[in-house]
Amino acid sequence: MTTAPAPILELRGVTKTYRVKQGLFGTPRPLTAVNDVSISLPRGEVLGLVGESGCGKSTLAKILLGLESPTAGQVLVEGQEIGAQDRMTLARRIQPIFQDPYSSLNPRKSIFDIVSLPLRVHRIGDAASWDKEVRKILDIVGLPARVMNTFPSQMSGGQRQRVAIARALIMKPEIVICDEPTSALDVSVQSQILNLLGDLRREFGLTYLFISHDLAVVEHLATRVAVMYLGRIVEEAEVGGLFDHARHPYTQALLKSVLTPEPGLGVPDTQLGMAYPNPIDPPSGCHFHPRCPKATAFCKATAPRALPTPLGHVECHLHDPQGPMFIGKEG
Amino acid sequence: MENPLLSVRNLTLDIPVGGGILHAVRGIDFDLKRGETLCIVGESGSGKSLTSLALMGLLGKTIKRSADEMTFDGIDLTRANARTMRSLRGARMAMIFQEPMTSLNPAYTIGDQLTEALLLHKSVGKDAARARAIELLEKVGITAAASRLSQYPHQLSGGLRQRVMIAMALMCEPELIIADEPTTALDVTIQAQILRLLYDLGREMNMAMILITHDLGVVARVADKVAVMYAGELVETGSATEVFNTPSHPYTRGLLRCIPLPGKTERGSTLGTIPGIVPSLIGDVAGCAFRTRCPHATLACRGDIPRHITGGHAFRCIHADGKRHAEEATA
Repeated sequence: MTTAPAPILELRGVTKTYRVKQGLFGTPRPLTAVNDVSISLPRGEVLGLVGESGCGKSTLAKILLGLESPTAGQVLVEGQEIGAQDRMTLARRIQPIFQDPYSSLNPRKSIFDIVSLPLRVHRIGDAASWDKEVRKILDIVGLPARVMNTFPSQMSGGQRQRVAIARALIMKPEIVICDEPTSALDVSVQSQILNLLGDLRREFGLTYLFISHDLAVVEHLATRVAVMYLGRIVEEAEVGGLFDHARHPYTQALLKSVLTPEPGLGVPDTQLGMAYPNPIDPPSGCHFHPRCPKATAFCKATAPRALPTPLGHVECHLHDPQGPMFIGKEG
Repeated sequence: MENPLLSVRNLTLDIPVGGGILHAVRGIDFDLKRGETLCIVGESGSGKSLTSLALMGLLGKTIKRSADEMTFDGIDLTRANARTMRSLRGARMAMIFQEPMTSLNPAYTIGDQLTEALLLHKSVGKDAARARAIELLEKVGITAAASRLSQYPHQLSGGLRQRVMIAMALMCEPELIIADEPTTALDVTIQAQILRLLYDLGREMNMAMILITHDLGVVARVADKVAVMYAGELVETGSATEVFNTPSHPYTRGLLRCIPLPGKTERGSTLGTIPGIVPSLIGDVAGCAFRTRCPHATLACRGDIPRHITGGHAFRCIHADGKRHAEEATA
């Protein structure tokens, strides 16, 4: 490999801290939803972002969409900081697809209005060209042109999600943030939407940030995977590396909890214990230590550093060659 | 041979709607023994949730229910009056609903809601009921159980609320539990833990369970028996091994092709889909309801559909093996 192309999306030490009041008269305390996250994503890749509820996945998505500004750190799109760009410019380059197609589409607007809104907001073209553009994009996402005059309530979940995708793509963005795009859909519809997202990526060279809790889906669609725990990316790797050789005990537990449709295997014991920690009171040292089956006193006291792995990184003392727990198996 | 705890023959549910009668459930049969887990799998609108409400006697007044047989431990549920049903519900048959956010009463404490059924059905004192509530909250993995009793639903996270729902269903040690998508809203790690818990408790208390889900992974891992529901009919029934290893109805095979299988499906490849949409069940419905989406449909599919039975494995299709061999030959 010679000089690598500049990544289309880069996060450098992005942190987001909210001040949360506890009780009516409580003093606000800081809650770090995203904690020093650095990611670099080349054009055309799909980064799968996985983690439990409350780990900061959606906050990260909001920062990328410009809906929240980071407390610290930088987000760069093709080397340009997004804080320096106005929201209109950003919206042309980054678009979201949300989880619930039942609540993310305005029920009182026709499909034509919903899909053409970005063009109208950005004052691109005129009424005739909007009509043409909407027909074109509906065709691309597999909807007949006649749905233009219908309303979201007349459509099925899968059709609505196609509308949401059409709306996101009509501005020809480079990056699409998919926040659980198929988890509200039935199995047979989910596969259609996943196939569509895959086809669109190949056809238009799109880059996706794909947030999902369904690891089988992430494995299928992503080219890279980042595992998030209490605001930090604890492991990041190329998809094959992550799924075939998970290094972090949390990643291993997540993979173990995937229920593949194979009868006779029973329900796995993830050995995680039940409680996801309260992000306002994160555990000391390695945030994962209270749930980690391999934790020692050292993990409780010292936070792990990011260690490079082939094509990624991991934050775990078990893999730190200078750490006291290195077991000499690092590959 | 042991008599089944629950026996259902030709259960039919009709809903009068504007355009006629909606045949939501069209003559389903199944048996369930003590300690057995039956998973009903199907997509939205297939009638699986209505089936569970019909068993519990919780249908809306407009829905017309008829059945040749519907018995629970010898009690004829089709003739049971409201008083008999009240004495069964919560005490001998309990239900876990899908939405923990909406199925707990926001105005009562967790403790009140947990002990209500026990105080109503069994002659126990308040202290004993409280002790039982704490015991069960601990069993479902809730920490600081005693202090939770005085909390209100809004003070708990989604995962905790779902566990409270499960504890509530178990209060009177029911013989039958009906769980409608009990883990759909939860993280994968918690899903695995809750399913394991239900599975272990079922074994421990020799409880029969009907689990309604659209997640084939869940079905494969917990079911003794599987019933695949499509458009109000059970199109295929059998043991988990039979249904997953030799799926015989074209719909079952279609569903299984829709989900990516970690380690088997090539990453990024096109997933299988089931084209078309579920037919309308309003008015007269004849023949195989899946024929409009089935790759093997012929004119004969409009007529009567035979049921092929091999031991405990049964499916409805005009093709003797559901054209399984034809699909396997081309695969």
